Amino acid sequence: MVGRDSPRLDGLAKARGEARYTADVQLPGMLHTALLHSPFARSRVRRIDVAAAEAAPGVRAAIGPGAVEGLEAEAEYEGYAVAAVAAETLDQAEAALQLIDIDWEELEPLLDATVAVERGSLVADSRRYERGDYERGLGEADAVVDSEYRTQTLNHNSMETHQCVCEWRGDGIDVHISTQYIWGVRRDLAKALGLPEDKVRVVCEFMGGGFGSKAGVDSSLLLTAELARLTGRPVRCALTRRAENMISGNRNATLQRVTAGARADGTLTVLGGEYTCALGWDGWLPPTAGPTQLLYACENVRTVEHGAKLNLPPMAAFRAPGFVEGTWSLECVLDKLAAQVGVDPLELRKLNYAHADAMDGRPYSSKGLMECYRRAEPHWERRHEVRARSDEIWKRGMGMASQIWYGGGGPPSYAWVRLGSDGRANVVTAMQDIGTGTRTAMAMIAAEELGLTVDQVEVQLGDSARGPFAVVSGGSSTLPSMGPAVRSAAADAARQVIELAAQRFEREERLLSLKGGNIVSSDGGSWPLAEITGLLEDGQILGKGARGPNPTGMRVLTFGIQLAEVAVDVGTGEVVVEKVVAIHDVGRVINPLGARSQIEGGIIQALGHTFSEARLDDPQTGTILTRTLDSYKVPTIADVPEIVCDLVDEPDVHLTNLGSKGLGEPPIVPTAAAIANAIRDATGADVTSLPITREEILRALRDAEARRRKEPVAAGAA
Amino acid sequence: MPDLRVNGHDYAFDTNVGRSLADVLREDLGLTGTKVACGEGHCGACTVQLDGVPVLSCITLVHTVGAREVTTIEGLRDHPLVSAFVRTDALQCGFCTPGQIVSAAALVASNPDPTHEEIRHGMAGNLCRCGTYPRIEEAIATWRG
Repeated sequence: MVGRDSPRLDGLAKARGEARYTADVQLPGMLHTALLHSPFARSRVRRIDVAAAEAAPGVRAAIGPGAVEGLEAEAEYEGYAVAAVAAETLDQAEAALQLIDIDWEELEPLLDATVAVERGSLVADSRRYERGDYERGLGEADAVVDSEYRTQTLNHNSMETHQCVCEWRGDGIDVHISTQYIWGVRRDLAKALGLPEDKVRVVCEFMGGGFGSKAGVDSSLLLTAELARLTGRPVRCALTRRAENMISGNRNATLQRVTAGARADGTLTVLGGEYTCALGWDGWLPPTAGPTQLLYACENVRTVEHGAKLNLPPMAAFRAPGFVEGTWSLECVLDKLAAQVGVDPLELRKLNYAHADAMDGRPYSSKGLMECYRRAEPHWERRHEVRARSDEIWKRGMGMASQIWYGGGGPPSYAWVRLGSDGRANVVTAMQDIGTGTRTAMAMIAAEELGLTVDQVEVQLGDSARGPFAVVSGGSSTLPSMGPAVRSAAADAARQVIELAAQRFEREERLLSLKGGNIVSSDGGSWPLAEITGLLEDGQILGKGARGPNPTGMRVLTFGIQLAEVAVDVGTGEVVVEKVVAIHDVGRVINPLGARSQIEGGIIQALGHTFSEARLDDPQTGTILTRTLDSYKVPTIADVPEIVCDLVDEPDVHLTNLGSKGLGEPPIVPTAAAIANAIRDATGADVTSLPITREEILRALRDAEARRRKEPVAAGAA
Repeated sequence: MPDLRVNGHDYAFDTNVGRSLADVLREDLGLTGTKVACGEGHCGACTVQLDGVPVLSCITLVHTVGAREVTTIEGLRDHPLVSAFVRTDALQCGFCTPGQIVSAAALVASNPDPTHEEIRHGMAGNLCRCGTYPRIEEAIATWRG
């Protein structure tokens, strides 16, 4: 059961177009919302009058600044919503926006992250970290690499945009919302509306992606609830794709200065980084220094992270926030250092392996990174053959990068398992399946514990009124947080079955177990499960489960390595990624079929991050220039290289009753660095800026050529 | 009142000029299997067939459809591609999946054994942000089961 390929339980509903997303919710009398977005990076509404809009055909309500939290007169970034109209049709709502009488005062925006840090315009206090003696570490190094790196602003662009439908029912509210965190929306909306939490019902049976951007309550939900209250009608608010590309969150741009030093034998003596994160007007400071602090055993480390507050749309979590950006620079610097000291990059990584947590010395609950490195060897040995296939125009090479990230999950999380008289099980919990296939994983876990097949298990999720608290689908935490709760609920149900069976069949409980749809006694005897569950008639056995704590005194992390093979046209700067090998350790694998899809999907998103995706802002005005899916280029099927997936698949024996960690984020972490290192291996060109455009490749090739002329002995790989 | 022929059924419709085929399918006929993800013809999620030819229903005005037969995912629910997508796990969040299958059905109807390159060419207009492309290719390459 667990560990075998299982197509997803909801696959057919999705493929047949029967799955009902928030976008598909159509309630009788439902109104549609249009938002008035600020056209300036920084402005103030001097005067606004929505009366004419309110009187327009089909319009049922119009609200302006101050109506709800987050709808204010100070519009601190382009796209910020200052007013909203609800009408019978979306066309009517949009037409009425034109009738809003508004006087904008345009103000001078702050758009440069470095300037913002200098001026102390910060979203959060700068974060400083130091261990050992940084200056001593620099002094002990025989080689030091010090480089600047940049990463771009990236948009999530989930296929389903941010949207919700609100309907008041009596003194409570039903909310259909495309969300990664049903329970968080329930809590925060109840607080905002001054309602008891049980008066807020949050439903999200299917969602069209989130990638970190749909983790809570935002102003569009609050204004929709208000419009529904004012009109007494159900109200929908769906961001347009263009609004989605402005205000729904982003992976913040970074400017990084990273330092690494090593002895001649490759032992790291020092690591350092200064990270400026262009967070926009709001958000939080992601752990960009995390990989530098955690990945390698290095005594002397100093990092500082700044979160610049700018007149640009706020960042939001995006699939391994911080670690994607920080791994890019660290793993590029590490390969440059390896070249300087003349140590093989894979050897350098092994040599500086952290056998205990690099920050506080705690043992790992499990760490299969050395096994990942071992499995990388046969792939890495092919690099000479790959390079030998280079010709005058196309230069080929290989590169690698390690991955470290969280993903252990944690308590609290709860699940129920109902066992009916027909012997079928029903897993109930208020979690959501963001699309990773956790619904199917929960069924597999319950089936294993109850000795059933997957098709004998239903999973009811996506409704706060129907199941107990479940965690946010973020931080690769759904499976490692919810899986143990489901397993514990199934075990509770199994115990109750065995208790009944022991009485019925006059056996000792300790001899009985559930296997293959039967109750099996170890001293002989086997009875179909239905013989016991049949006694329930209309009743049900209810098993309840909770997620236990993570192991005390241990560090729970996920690990991996990726290797990329590239071909670079040194005349035009075109790069073709021919192959990516991904080897990850995330503990026990529940569904290998879904796990491979997560790895491929993460790598493909990373390819977009590496080559084609960038939110472009006008540096003078702060206008967002890339609002459409033809200007913001996400990867297509034609951009996909060969991808090889390998999972260590060893249970983490210290971590929960399941031994599994999360896999949603790890695969996106190391790809960009592995590709940049492959480009350096192929050509000697040192790319430092994402996305890797042809201009960036040609610049790096010119710089490499200049270096070669200056220092012919230290010639690069090409 | 003009008719719209969808999945073998005739629907009389009376709607404002300027409405898209996608909106009429979803809002008036309740055929919500067709998804709208960008609303401006860039992503392929809203793909339907007109007389077997894939078109973007979000930028097709409903009054321009005329006598052509509209085929949506609801009309392709028993197509072998549906089970191929499930078997090969060619979907994650699933929002783009109906459009992928409608495009793929048109592809295999005109070319039952598409090559790797033909699949990539034929499917390049259907975005999948979850990145299930390798599985989509496998589903199409093995669509007969």
